[in-house]
Amino acid sequence: MSFVNLAFLVPLFPLIGSIINGFFGLKIGKDRVSWVACAGPVMSFAVTLVLLVSTFFHPEGTPYPEQSLFTWIAAGDLTVDFGFQIDPLSLVMMMVVTGVGSIIHIYSIGYMYAEYSYYRYFAYLNLFLFSMLLLVMGNNFLVMFIGWEGVGVCSYFLIGYYFEKKSACDAGVKAFVVNRIGDFAFLLGIFGIFKMFGTIDFTEVMTAAPTTLIFDGEAATLITMALFIGATGKSAQIPLYTWLPDAMEGPTPVSALIHAATMVTAGVYMVVRCSALFNLAPFTMMIIALIGGATALMAATIGCTQWDIKRVLAYSTVSQIGYMFLACGVGAYTAAIFHLVTHAFFKACLFLGSGSVIHGMHHEQDIRKMGGLKDHFPITYVTFLVSTIAIAGIFPFSGFFSKDEILYHALMDGNVIYWGMGISGAFITAFYMFRLVFLTFHGPSNVEAHVHPHESPKVMTLPLIILAFLALTGGLLGIPLFHGWHVLHNWLEPVLAFDLEAALHASEVMLAEHGHHVSFAEVLHKAQHTSHNLWVEIGLMAFSLVVALAGIGTAWFFYLKRPDLPAKLVKGQWGFDLVENKYYVDEIYDETVVKPIVKGSDLLWKQADMRGVDGAVNGVAQTIGFLGKIARSFQSGFVRNYALIMVVGFIFLVIISQIEV
Amino acid sequence: MELLIFYPLALVSVILALFVVFNKSPIGSAVCLIGMMLGLAGVFILLQAHFLAILQIIVYAGAIMVLFMFVIMLLNLKDDDTKWKIRERNIFLSSATGVLILGILYKIIDVTTDTKFDSPATVPDNFGTVEVVGTTLFTDFVLPFEVASILLLAAMVGAVVLAKSKVD
Amino acid sequence: MVPLTHYLIFSAVLFSIGVLGVLIRRNAIVVFMCVEIMLNAVNVSLIAFDRYLNQHDGQIFSFMVMCVAAAEVSVGLAIVIALFRNKATVNLDEINLMKW
Repeated sequence: MSFVNLAFLVPLFPLIGSIINGFFGLKIGKDRVSWVACAGPVMSFAVTLVLLVSTFFHPEGTPYPEQSLFTWIAAGDLTVDFGFQIDPLSLVMMMVVTGVGSIIHIYSIGYMYAEYSYYRYFAYLNLFLFSMLLLVMGNNFLVMFIGWEGVGVCSYFLIGYYFEKKSACDAGVKAFVVNRIGDFAFLLGIFGIFKMFGTIDFTEVMTAAPTTLIFDGEAATLITMALFIGATGKSAQIPLYTWLPDAMEGPTPVSALIHAATMVTAGVYMVVRCSALFNLAPFTMMIIALIGGATALMAATIGCTQWDIKRVLAYSTVSQIGYMFLACGVGAYTAAIFHLVTHAFFKACLFLGSGSVIHGMHHEQDIRKMGGLKDHFPITYVTFLVSTIAIAGIFPFSGFFSKDEILYHALMDGNVIYWGMGISGAFITAFYMFRLVFLTFHGPSNVEAHVHPHESPKVMTLPLIILAFLALTGGLLGIPLFHGWHVLHNWLEPVLAFDLEAALHASEVMLAEHGHHVSFAEVLHKAQHTSHNLWVEIGLMAFSLVVALAGIGTAWFFYLKRPDLPAKLVKGQWGFDLVENKYYVDEIYDETVVKPIVKGSDLLWKQADMRGVDGAVNGVAQTIGFLGKIARSFQSGFVRNYALIMVVGFIFLVIISQIEV
Repeated sequence: MELLIFYPLALVSVILALFVVFNKSPIGSAVCLIGMMLGLAGVFILLQAHFLAILQIIVYAGAIMVLFMFVIMLLNLKDDDTKWKIRERNIFLSSATGVLILGILYKIIDVTTDTKFDSPATVPDNFGTVEVVGTTLFTDFVLPFEVASILLLAAMVGAVVLAKSKVD
Repeated sequence: MVPLTHYLIFSAVLFSIGVLGVLIRRNAIVVFMCVEIMLNAVNVSLIAFDRYLNQHDGQIFSFMVMCVAAAEVSVGLAIVIALFRNKATVNLDEINLMKW
């Protein structure tokens, strides 16, 4: 029995919750709002579990079930359904979104309870879940794009939640505008796909890809580059990452849900979903890997210098997503998804933990004013520590398995440069994350006198515990080394399988039709000869473990043993200033992009609009007024003038009648 | 022969008309107008339109002008001041009008110098007599005649309504 | 024999004098009289054509013109009297309430 007909319920529950809370939230009271808001994601999670279980029994080799609600667009050549597809990849994402989403909703009850606009927060949060579910469940590019835009809009709403603060409003606008640039590129990619394939349905496009796009051809490269630029906008990679640190103006659970676990991973999901296209464009894959690695490294260095808890975690997110893209760039899509899942667990736990600290410290976010908090926040401290160890990549926590798989594939399927970027990033990650832990929870207390830190209520600590547990055990999804024990890989295999030999052969045929005779033999040869070398893998695992421990040790040395040393070392160093100011990227963008656009718009407004268009319209009115004034002078009330005009008219008529044409 | 009668009559009529326009007293203008109408009656007789000539004298000079006189005396109008400015503005328009009227005159003369009309047509002896005009009026043109009588009735009623004093 | 032309010129001259009078004079009643001059000039023209074409239509028309002139004069003078009652003047320059 097919449960796919229940698929539409999954996005529907949060949507209903959002509508109820949005329109009636103020009237029904905070407790009812909480129930309505959390019921949505929890019920969606339940339905997702049902779909998950039913997919276990799905016979192999058959296409995965889709549910088409209605035909949305039927215009000429373009036919687009509003439909959902339930295959292993979307199920993984749905589990993460609804599961972590439910947990964060429950946490938010405690965190946001003191706010006046409590209902507005939950309305937006549920709306966000609806959009995100559309994104991951859609069966064609257009439904995914609706979700893509929807999460952008909800991100804007939620970042600007504290709209009385100008910095929050600016951050929301910045996030939306930078996202939009990426969306434009994404749209161009969709247009290209429609042009080449005549359809934008995922299944049709991916199955037709090898026979429609030439391997390493211009169409494949351009389309995939456009799609990737869209992904960089949404997932905050170079060059469109500047919005994510500013997005920390929003409430902390928002940062946890949107900017750690779900929205920013939408780009990764999209790239993995289109893996068939990306596999045909090796140039784009190289760009993806380079950008991913560079972002991972650059964001990690910035994270070492930030003093705001949430900023450090924001740059950490940018860095970890860089790892996911690095994995995509070398073709290790399963590793990317694995890291996505584990990152969702430990990053959400880290953000929620920081939220707990902020809440308990009465909204103090600067870590220089913390210290020694582990006695005040016992549960938060333990969960935070667990997640930090996970992100640093220590065995047997989940982060170790996922990050290690990425590094292994980076070396074996890519080259040593990618691996080098990854391993340096891992060292720095361990360093700054433990810097954060030591400065916040250990060491002497710099807490200001009027702040009385206290642990958070159970509604907030329980989600922390659940997420920490998942961060600890999530590695079970992808145990390496032993054949057949990598659960995630087996699960995703049917979706990600790509027959490179057949694709290359089809490309050779297509090129031959146009008179070019190319042989892809060496590409095939290289791809087929990377084998799974057991000893290399174990060696790499050990090496990365050593590197992570070294990072922790360095942090311990600089921040616990000799805490005065960092300040002395960096004083006056221009390199430190550069990094602390985030490499001045924001300022560069401001000068080169924002200011010219603003000036251009100003010019257009003043000249083209006010003088040109308004001038033309007003000019018409003024001309008519002027003509009216002239015509008015005839009505002098002077009878003799009237008589004169009559005579003149009569003469005129006589003359006219005498003209012989 | 007829020319000898026509020219003096025409000249007198024109001069009297000019006096009507340029006379500073309204009574003077009215009297000159009566004179002009008498001259015109003479011209009508020259044209063998006897009935109309008599009508001109009786109706126009006798009734209409008397009405004019009544009103002038009723309103007790004083003489106009002699310096009428030919209006404060539109001098250009007035001169243009004058020129144009002369142009029309010339055109008329040009058009009508057709020699076809040099000698009048032969008319029967009773042309323009009362019987002939009356017959035509009551047979071919009886409808306009009746409408004209209604028009006169309307004018009479209108005049009474307009001019009566507001004391009810 | 008087050519028709002479009568027509005579009529045109009278008509122009009438127009001139209407445009120049300020006294409403004198303006009225000039209108009468114009009507008479038209009568002359009509009757002249009648004579030269051996028809009666022009005379009948002229008859109607006289009839209408009579009606018009009576109503017009009644209006002038009503106007005089309100403004104590028949000076056309001062009757300009219909200004825009």
